[in-house]
Amino acid sequence: MLGTDRREAGGEAEGAPAIIHVENLSFRYYGSEQYALRDVNLVVRRGEFVVLAGRSGCGKTTLLRCLNGLIPNFYEGEMLGRVLVDGMDTRYTPTHILSQAAGMVFQNPDNQLFALSVEADIAFPLENLGFPREIILERINWALKALKIEDLRYRSPFELSGGQKQKVAIASVLAMKPKILLLDEPTSSLDPVSARNLIESIVELNKREGLTIIISEHRLEHLLPHADRLIVMDRGMIVRDGDPRKILRDEDLLVYGVAPPKVSEVARCVNAHRGCLKFEEIPLTVHEFVEKVRRLIG
Amino acid sequence: MISFEDVEYVYPSGVKALDGVSLKIEKGEIVALMGENGSGKTTLLKHLNGLLKPTRGRVVVDGVDTRSATIAELARRVGLVFQNAESMFFSSTVWEEVAFALRNFGYDEMIVRRRVEWALNFMELGDYAESSPFLLSGGEKKRLALAIILAWSPEVIALDEPTTGQDQLQKEKLMQMIRLLKEQGRTIIASTHDVEFVAQLKPRIIVMRRGKVIADGGAEEILLNEDLLRSCNLLPPQIASLTRELGFIGIKPSLKHPREVAKELLDALSRIMRGG
Ligand SMILES: Nc1ncnc2c1ncn2[C@@H]1O[C@H](COP(=O)(O)OP(=O)(O)OP(=O)(O)O)[C@@H](O)[C@H]1O
Ligand SMILES: Nc1ncnc2c1ncn2[C@@H]1O[C@H](COP(=O)(O)OP(=O)(O)O)[C@@H](O)[C@H]1O
Ligand SMILES: [Mg+2]
Ligand SMILES: [Mg+2]
Repeated sequence: MLGTDRREAGGEAEGAPAIIHVENLSFRYYGSEQYALRDVNLVVRRGEFVVLAGRSGCGKTTLLRCLNGLIPNFYEGEMLGRVLVDGMDTRYTPTHILSQAAGMVFQNPDNQLFALSVEADIAFPLENLGFPREIILERINWALKALKIEDLRYRSPFELSGGQKQKVAIASVLAMKPKILLLDEPTSSLDPVSARNLIESIVELNKREGLTIIISEHRLEHLLPHADRLIVMDRGMIVRDGDPRKILRDEDLLVYGVAPPKVSEVARCVNAHRGCLKFEEIPLTVHEFVEKVRRLIG
Repeated sequence: MISFEDVEYVYPSGVKALDGVSLKIEKGEIVALMGENGSGKTTLLKHLNGLLKPTRGRVVVDGVDTRSATIAELARRVGLVFQNAESMFFSSTVWEEVAFALRNFGYDEMIVRRRVEWALNFMELGDYAESSPFLLSGGEKKRLALAIILAWSPEVIALDEPTTGQDQLQKEKLMQMIRLLKEQGRTIIASTHDVEFVAQLKPRIIVMRRGKVIADGGAEEILLNEDLLRSCNLLPPQIASLTRELGFIGIKPSLKHPREVAKELLDALSRIMRGG
């Protein structure tokens, strides 16, 4: 549903209908002995903002591939359980239909770019879907602006720096405005300000247009403050799933390779001292941290 | 060990990616190359192993002018891990990928085996020795590229965005690897956007903008300079922002460990509460 803002409505996406169902999902890539996903169960509601974290190789990309149907339609292997995306069973739905519901930004942008110019790369999927010319131009302008890459419009994607390629790949998926946006470590090649801008654009899409966001990341400091939900995976399993503040307050996630924002770490150290300051709620931003200190000294 | 003398590089398409870069890097230094997307970091790194040759000025590595050296000659001294690690691979197994360069340099098969095993285990890839490099996860591909360089340990090690795809534990390992290589007298130059990683490693930092070097200094000097950071799309590490914002209770901006910051904060607070 476009235009719903759950935050203004005063809550999380709790009451919203589910848009993704993952039921008892296990997956083993053809030729490997280990399962890359093991008995994953997950329900994501429309409009939720979900952050996926965990060690490199824990199965984040594999789970995302299951959500946009690349698994089992493109990758061979053994799949158990089922995945429903916007009511469609991924086993029986062609990927070009699924990708309209769930757009995916890949970890390696080189796998996503192919056209002669940045503009053509963004336009291509829209043209394929038969959008009228004006809408396509509008979307291109909007996506280029969201990523602040207007100057790259007529460049060849193959002659761009790593980070510039990543921005183009993201823009081309954003321009499709899918209901569900899957992003696989999208900020890994972006400079810090670009990474923050991207996150702001995504938050905006989530809030204004009610897009469901699932994003895998290692750099969490700019992301967690916006997340409804943090999912931590380990060796193909979901090991934590809930409110990021609660999860960070209750334990150290370093064993899962997850680095909390540094302010959260400082707050946990402060709490461990049992001194004059105690954080009941773990701060996720510098602002939240400093406000707490100000309140204490009045 | 390395010197860039007024280096300019213009891509065939006409983009000027390096615009008068001059710098010197000594043997055994650890250098982080930072700066916004498209500022010229990768282009600079590719000059170290002669993949690109300056269109003006010169690059000298270990006494050799890269324009007069062959790539094979330079490859003995300089190892480069690509931003897109996958583009380095061609072997059918992870093991062979690491062994290739060593065999090429004529190492004895016994030593090849030992080194490959050690490097793969260090990078937590032991279980994947027989897998295809192309089927690894994104982070694993990067670690394989790092394992190749680690096994071979050339004089100059250039790493293009080594932390991408790595979780916190692996980043800490990578830091350990970089320090280990430095101990062995290797010179390490890494481009990175990961300010938290750099704040922890505390290397010399070279900052680039639009093909020029605009700052060069110690980690504190650069990462606590907010005006400089802002001018080149960088953000301060979170500890730097936090300690700066806590200035009103007498805390100084720093890159200290969270534990120390917590202690400093509690000390400052108890002083204030006693005094007030
Ligand atoms: N093969 C190429 N042909 C033409 N121009 C290129 C090519 N590769 C890079 N460029 C351009 O050269 C400039 C510097 O690119 P470079 O890859 O060195 O940047 P970078 O600092 O590594 O960026 P990032 O942080 O995004 O990796 C950019 O303007 C880029 O678009
Ligand atoms: N195409 C593939 N074929 C075989 N194994 C794969 C493939 N892609 C990933 N894997 C393996 O599956 C596991 C999970 O990988 P992945 O989902 O990419 O992890 P993450 O994204 O969390 O780093 C890893 O052990 C990885 O090596
Ligand atoms: Mg991945
Ligand atoms: Mg680069």
